[in-house]
Amino acid sequence: MTLLLGSITIGLVLALLALGIFISFRIFSFPDITAEGSFTFGAAITASLIVAGVNPALATLMAFFGGMVAGAATGLIHTRFKINPLLSGILVMTALYSVNLHVMGKSNVPLLSKNTLFTWFEKIAVAISGQDTTVNVLGWSVAARDLWTLLFCLLIIVAFSLLLLWFFRTNIGTAMRATGDNDQMIRALGVNTNGMIIFGLALSNGFIALAGSMLAQLQGFADVQMGIGMMVWGLASVIIGEALISDRSLGMVIAGAVIGSVLFRLLVAIALRWGMNPNDLKLITAAFVFIALVLPGFMKKTKKINLLSHKHA
Amino acid sequence: MLEITHLNKTFNPGTINEVRALQDVNLKIDPGSFVCVLGTNGSGKSTLLNAVAGTFLTDSGRITLNGRDITRWPEHRRASAIGRVFQNPFSGTAPSMSIAENLALAARRGRKRGLSWMLKPSLVNDLKKRVKDLNMGLEDRIDSAIGKLSGGQRQALTLLMSSWLKPDLLLLDEHTAALDPKTAGKVIELTERIVTEGKLTTMMVTHSMQQAVNLGDRIIMMHQGSIRYDFGGEEKKRLKVPDLLALFDELRRKDQIDNGVADLLIANYV
Repeated sequence: MTLLLGSITIGLVLALLALGIFISFRIFSFPDITAEGSFTFGAAITASLIVAGVNPALATLMAFFGGMVAGAATGLIHTRFKINPLLSGILVMTALYSVNLHVMGKSNVPLLSKNTLFTWFEKIAVAISGQDTTVNVLGWSVAARDLWTLLFCLLIIVAFSLLLLWFFRTNIGTAMRATGDNDQMIRALGVNTNGMIIFGLALSNGFIALAGSMLAQLQGFADVQMGIGMMVWGLASVIIGEALISDRSLGMVIAGAVIGSVLFRLLVAIALRWGMNPNDLKLITAAFVFIALVLPGFMKKTKKINLLSHKHA
Repeated sequence: MLEITHLNKTFNPGTINEVRALQDVNLKIDPGSFVCVLGTNGSGKSTLLNAVAGTFLTDSGRITLNGRDITRWPEHRRASAIGRVFQNPFSGTAPSMSIAENLALAARRGRKRGLSWMLKPSLVNDLKKRVKDLNMGLEDRIDSAIGKLSGGQRQALTLLMSSWLKPDLLLLDEHTAALDPKTAGKVIELTERIVTEGKLTTMMVTHSMQQAVNLGDRIIMMHQGSIRYDFGGEEKKRLKVPDLLALFDELRRKDQIDNGVADLLIANYV
């Protein structure tokens, strides 16, 4: 049960990553691999600042801004210098690897005895329910502070989801969605589409860096390798969400990405528990996303063939 | 109003694909005037419209609109003064967004877009009313995605969008060419109504000589990147389809003579 709670908590934290990928990949159809760099960048900024004694909330906020700068850099490279989306992201991601090492000063920064957002949460939890209490959840007894940590993460992710939903319903947010949908049309309506792409990627990577920052605080360290495979991970979450929820309205898609992230993390935890080699994790994630991308088209085709054969029969 | 002087544009200069799309184009359009732009394929009529809209920047010459020199303005900046409808019905609307959202985007054409709520109840009421005026039965479907509508419905909505905020200049680029004749007729009717009601200054590129004869108060004919004929006032009113066809023939014959003369000169002197 503790494992389950932990997985859900990590899934919720990584939902911020899924929301970031949702912005770049679904709103702009921009395969933004900057994610892998900005995820670590967020973790690196927060970890270094916390080690330096900065308030964890401020350190987390700085990670968000750091991610925004990284995303804006990718957007600038793409729009200003007409470099293809994937390559722009690769350039920034590669550059960020060195930047991250400089920010952290070494390849791994532990946060074990430091004050993080989560030690705050735990303090609040202890204040509310007392030290070492257990709570009965569906017949299992779990540590109250694990449950509280999960609730705090849930609260944060719900708040950010609502914020994103609200943003995409404002004048500027709607124009951003239109930029991804039909850039010619929205330019004819007076929107600077290049500016929108830069802003959108900044926002996307802000969310992703925030996910990195929170994950570093949750697991108690930042590592220069922690971003590897994160883009595909986020994609998997978004795709699972879309498969689960057929409603394509904005709120449902955002909720889907969050639920997808949690579910995907649970699936991974279960697979690992059943003895899957952790080394195979990325391979299986990539295969999963590949299948999820190919399957809808494949199903349409077989449906067509079935229809045709019925006609001939 | 719109004043174009010595406008030139060459695509792919210095390559084998060089196209001199606009050659010394001069044009002055009075406020409230409705100009039909005719021309052969590749004559530069759509290029002229795109040059005014700012899809690309021109090589030389000047474009002024309402006294402002817009020659170097990027496309999105010109949008504050210019409304556009494209040939392709898919170009003018965002397919996965709702009718209401598309119209609301147009309701802020060229204006600042901030963090205020997009679909305010007052705006939604207003746009329901205006959609109802289209008589297409779309007022009950304003929350459904615009991509599900037919080409004609999308063009009608694009027209409504382009004229939501009164533009200084309305550019219609063969906006009925992709529609079936009946739908095209409806969209032309709507065009006429919107232009007349709003007293809009309009440039309409068309392939249909019938449209050019029926609509507007001026016809310009382009050929090989420049304006060859310009009819306004009484002259335009007297113009009929056969007259226009004759003019096209004349342009074509002139071309042949040009080539013929060149051959003759080469044969005799080279």
